[in-house]
Amino acid sequence: MKVQIDPGRCQGHGRCYDLAPGLFEEDDEGYGRVPGDGAVPPGQEQAARLAAANCPERAVVLTEEA
Amino acid sequence: MTVDDRFTGGFRKQGPPAGTRNEIVTGPVSDWATDFSHLEPEWAADPYPIQDDLRARCPIAHTGRFGGGWLPTRYEDVAAIAYDTERFSSRSIIMSNYRPPAETAPVGATPPISSDPPFHHDARKLLLPAFTKKAVARREEATRAFCHSLVDALEGADVVDAARDYAQHIPIRVIADMLGFPPEDGPRFSRFVESALEGVNLPPEERMARMDELFDYLYDQIRDHVDNPRDDLTTYLVEAELYGHKLQPNHVAGTIALLLIAGIDTTWSAIGASLWHLAKTPADRERLVAEPDLLPTAMEELLRAYAPVTMARLVKEDMSWRGADMRADDWVLLSFPAANRDPEQFERAGEVVIDREVNRHVAFGLGIHRCVGSHLARMELRVALEVWLERIPVFGLADPAAVTWAAGQVRGPRTLPLRLGGA
Ligand code: SF4
Repeated sequence: MKVQIDPGRCQGHGRCYDLAPGLFEEDDEGYGRVPGDGAVPPGQEQAARLAAANCPERAVVLTEEA
Repeated sequence: MTVDDRFTGGFRKQGPPAGTRNEIVTGPVSDWATDFSHLEPEWAADPYPIQDDLRARCPIAHTGRFGGGWLPTRYEDVAAIAYDTERFSSRSIIMSNYRPPAETAPVGATPPISSDPPFHHDARKLLLPAFTKKAVARREEATRAFCHSLVDALEGADVVDAARDYAQHIPIRVIADMLGFPPEDGPRFSRFVESALEGVNLPPEERMARMDELFDYLYDQIRDHVDNPRDDLTTYLVEAELYGHKLQPNHVAGTIALLLIAGIDTTWSAIGASLWHLAKTPADRERLVAEPDLLPTAMEELLRAYAPVTMARLVKEDMSWRGADMRADDWVLLSFPAANRDPEQFERAGEVVIDREVNRHVAFGLGIHRCVGSHLARMELRVALEVWLERIPVFGLADPAAVTWAAGQVRGPRTLPLRLGGA
């Protein structure tokens, strides 16, 4: 599973880095950012889904891989 | 170096405001679908059944009051308008009986909330670093200590007004600290807030006089910061530059007015509404006392169900919008509270489910105008509730009929008598 943030949609609500601090961080203006390549480590899939489901702007993009 | 004389003349030099005024209409609403008013007591007391009814049968209500306006009640419509800055302007975001002239755009009186693209982006960028989650976390300790001192002062009382004696003071103290204003001026701030947001249907002369009072105060504070710069937001804005120049004096004062007004009664309302809910819902209160880790989740649900803030837009040009025959300069009341209770978007939309995990609520708005203070508000709300629940785990409504709610675009309890301690 991979996470990405669509910078065209993100408005810095910060729900992603509140709910999944291991996967997202805040930049200097409060916008969400994915450090590294966005690969979700085992055990953090639920946090990733929660972040995506709570982003008001629908800016968190999840890619499920087989 | 030249002297900074941007603020010496005061603000009245700019002359009386142009723009258009309409006849003020008050009194009972005949039909909410065709004559709505968010300033009438029925709406202030309980707007949700009205919104639910409109959503089911309308869903975009109209009014002839305020010179004409619309009220969408579905999540989908509220979101579409929030995103559509091409056709809906933010040049006034308080639905009133006065429309500022079109030339006010794209800056507006209180940038960046009153600004449209492209200026909006640059004015907002100036503020963002001061309001990140990391930046506001630095204020948490002082906020917590202040909340404790407020509870200390309640010691011994059986019944307290949690809106007036607790919720109100927290955002006032935090924003006064951030702006570098004297903490003892707090009581004046409540009056400024009331004038700006609840005084909408007052006669224009009185409304202007009250605004003058606010801006007189702000210019005094700004001049003091020009003479004695310090490490706070006011000095930051005095020194800030945009496009290679220092900011226009009305931009500095307008932004400070925005931070002061929008920073106070929104959070005051959110804290008060949360305590009101917990006071009347013992099961939720007991669960939060037993499971403090649930608070961040519960808080989002309380923000969804009792979202305090409604914004407004002005229609730019005549158009038919999703069946509504909108005309240039019609208001649109952008009800985030109504969007947050749309059953198309939320399961059990009308209930408070304090462990709701999926909660894409829009209490802080959507799109480019997302509340710049959302991280600050969340910190204040969390700390205020943590301290209260830790110190006063048992409380209830002393007199449900005595609770009063602010009317207008920011809704929350203004009188909230709570009985403290055992049943
Ligand atoms: S929750 Fe969404 S809008 Fe907010 S910072 Fe994360 S990606 Fe951006």
